[in-house]
Amino acid sequence: MEFITQPWPWYVSGTLIGMVIPALLLSGNKAFGISSTLRHICAICIPANIAFFKHDWKSQTWNLFFAIGIILGGFIAVHFLGGQHPVAINPQTTTILKQQGVKDFNGLLPKDIFSFQQLLSLRGFIFIVVGGFLVGFGTRYAGGCTSGHSIMGIASLQWPSLAATCCFMAGGILTTWFILPYLLKL
Amino acid sequence: MMRNIKYLITGALFGIVLVKSEVVSWFRIQEMFRFQAFHMYGIIGSAIIVGLISIQIIKRFKIKTIDGEDIVIPEKKFHWGNIYGGLIFGLGWAITGACPGPLFAQVGGGFLIVAVTLVSAIAGTWTYGLIREKLHH
Repeated sequence: MEFITQPWPWYVSGTLIGMVIPALLLSGNKAFGISSTLRHICAICIPANIAFFKHDWKSQTWNLFFAIGIILGGFIAVHFLGGQHPVAINPQTTTILKQQGVKDFNGLLPKDIFSFQQLLSLRGFIFIVVGGFLVGFGTRYAGGCTSGHSIMGIASLQWPSLAATCCFMAGGILTTWFILPYLLKL
Repeated sequence: MMRNIKYLITGALFGIVLVKSEVVSWFRIQEMFRFQAFHMYGIIGSAIIVGLISIQIIKRFKIKTIDGEDIVIPEKKFHWGNIYGGLIFGLGWAITGACPGPLFAQVGGGFLIVAVTLVSAIAGTWTYGLIREKLHH
C-alpha cells in the first residue's frame, strides 16, 4: 500500500497515461481527448442556434462518460489513495513563487489563490475565471488540448499536433516568465 | 449506457493517475514552465512513447477493436487555430495550472472552486463557437 499512497514517479504515471490510448482504441475506436467534452456540454446546455454546436454530440457521449470517470478518479485518489499533500517541487520554484507572493504550499493548489474567498478579488478572478475562459477558448480554437494534441496527436505522428503543442508550451513559458509575476502581485 | 461504462472506468483510472502523479498540481505546472524539474516532461514524454508504440503495434498487426471493427485514427489537418489557439491555451494553462483533464480531476478531488474554472472554460468554448466564423483559421 505504501507505493500506492506515495506520489507516483513520472515513468509509472506516464506509462499508465500512455496506455489510455490503446485502451480507448481497442475498446471502441475512440481517440483520446478531453477538451471536446466542453463542446458537447455547450451543445447540450446552451446550443443557442450556433452552427458549431449542431454537431453530432450524441455519437460522442463516450467522451462525457470518460470525463465523469475523471471526476470519480479524482475523488478516489484524493480520499482513498492519499492524493492530497504538499507537493515536493524544486525548492528553487518554491523560493521564486514565495517572492512573487504565493503563500500556501500545503496542498496540490495554493489556497491563497484558488478559493471562494479569493474569487471576488481581482487576482482570484483572473486565476479562477479568466484563466479557465482562456483554457476553454484556446483548446477549442487549437482543436485539442494536452491529451488530444500533445499525447494522442504526437503519438499518432500528426505534425499539426506537434505545432499546437509547441504553441501550448510557448504560451505557457512566456506567461509564466513575463506575465505571472505581475498577476501574482495583484 | 452499459456500452459507456468502460469509458467511465478508463476515465476513473486516468483521473487517479492525474492526481497521484501530481499533474493536477498548479505547482507542478509552474515548475514545468520554469524548466526546474523533469517530472512533467517525463510524464508527457513517456505517455507519448507508450502511445506511439501501441499505435504502431495496432497498425502493424492490424489489430481490431473488441467488436471486430478496423481501428481508425482521425486525421488532424493543420489550420492557423493550432497556432493562435495553442498560444491562448498556453496562456490559460500557466495561469490555472490545469488543462481540461486535470480540471475535471480537481473538481472530483474536492477543489470545488475549480468548478467555477470549469464553467468558465465551457463559456470560453461557447464563445469560440459564437465567433468562430470571424477568427482566422
